[in-house]
Amino acid sequence: MSRLKKNYERSFFYRFKKWVEGEYDPFDGKLEIKNTNRVKKELANHTQNPMEVFYQEEEEEIEHATEEGLKWYQKIYKIVSVVICLSIISVLLITVSYLPKIGNPDNPDNNEVSKRYIEKGLEETGATNIVSGMILDYRAFDTFGESNVLFIAACCVLILLRYDFGGKDSANLKKINAEANDRIYEPKNDVILQRVAFVLVPMIIIFGIYVILNGHLSPGGGFSGGAIIGAGLILYLNAFGFKKTERFFSQKTFKWTVFSSLTFYCLAKSYSFYTGANHMESGIPLGTAGNILSSGLILPLNICVGLVVACTMYAFYVMFRKGGF
Amino acid sequence: MELFKIILLLFLIICAIFTSFSKNLLTSIIIYMAYSLIMSIIWILLKSPDLAITEAAVGAGVTSVLFFVTLKKINAVKGDQTDEQIEEKL
Repeated sequence: MSRLKKNYERSFFYRFKKWVEGEYDPFDGKLEIKNTNRVKKELANHTQNPMEVFYQEEEEEIEHATEEGLKWYQKIYKIVSVVICLSIISVLLITVSYLPKIGNPDNPDNNEVSKRYIEKGLEETGATNIVSGMILDYRAFDTFGESNVLFIAACCVLILLRYDFGGKDSANLKKINAEANDRIYEPKNDVILQRVAFVLVPMIIIFGIYVILNGHLSPGGGFSGGAIIGAGLILYLNAFGFKKTERFFSQKTFKWTVFSSLTFYCLAKSYSFYTGANHMESGIPLGTAGNILSSGLILPLNICVGLVVACTMYAFYVMFRKGGF
Repeated sequence: MELFKIILLLFLIICAIFTSFSKNLLTSIIIYMAYSLIMSIIWILLKSPDLAITEAAVGAGVTSVLFFVTLKKINAVKGDQTDEQIEEKL
């Protein structure tokens, strides 16, 4: 029986379990760590009896030996790291020198895919901005993945930084106070900042809306417009504090806006992919190219992506600042 | 125009080097913001205004703001008072 137990204690799973529970550190006593106590010990030596000094000197000899090994190890470490760095740089540079020349008509990127995008893009998607037509029509599935990645990133930040206002022990209270202080001092009542924000924030947000709505006509689109609106919201928050923004933007707003825009994106694109794959008429009018209300699904999809990006940017800032909404 | 491009690229390299070599974290973030702005001008010269707008909004704006907030959270900004110090003053 005892033998069994010993075997269990030596097993990998037992050690792993101990490590998970925090009782056992696999690097304890095995890592080489610089000794900083040596100088202190030398100072303390003068006041101790000779027998102890003898023992300590013996100890120090051993320490000295390991320290020399450590110095040697550090030198090798530096040299090896420089060599690895240089070799990676040279490999990358050699690879770059093998790339084809920019603007060469025989380059592999000048194939039938880009030719079709450029020639038939306006006709098939109805968007004057080819980039928009590409990312929200031909490759809308990629953009859907990107918006989902943003949403998942916001969820991860929420899990990591969210502050639990539930418990009432002393450490928790201290944390609550610290967070509350952070919030109280948020509007620093800086007159210059408030005046500048008063003028700039409406202009920034209107510019962001313009960039989103004209995504299919001019450079821009959902992602850049959403980032601009998010930056404007952050400026507003910095100038006027959390109390003002909480009136129109809470966790519920964030949740429902992101959820509904992602769902709408998913449903709209599923519909158009389904009809397109089965060679059916989708029934979405493309309109005349150049108008605001044209190019089918691109405009609503741009609005969806813009909403997701703006909400995520703002949520990142709020969670870094306050640990929750 | 060619000279302008060369100057921009030189500034880009200088900014990239000094972002990693500056001792103060706040300085390195501000240099990184300058890097993003130069990069957005280069995107315009390369005729991709979509990327330029995104770079200016995300690279120079939101990312740097998030870096600043993180520095403030870990009290790494030099000369910046912690909340307790402000409380003592009040």
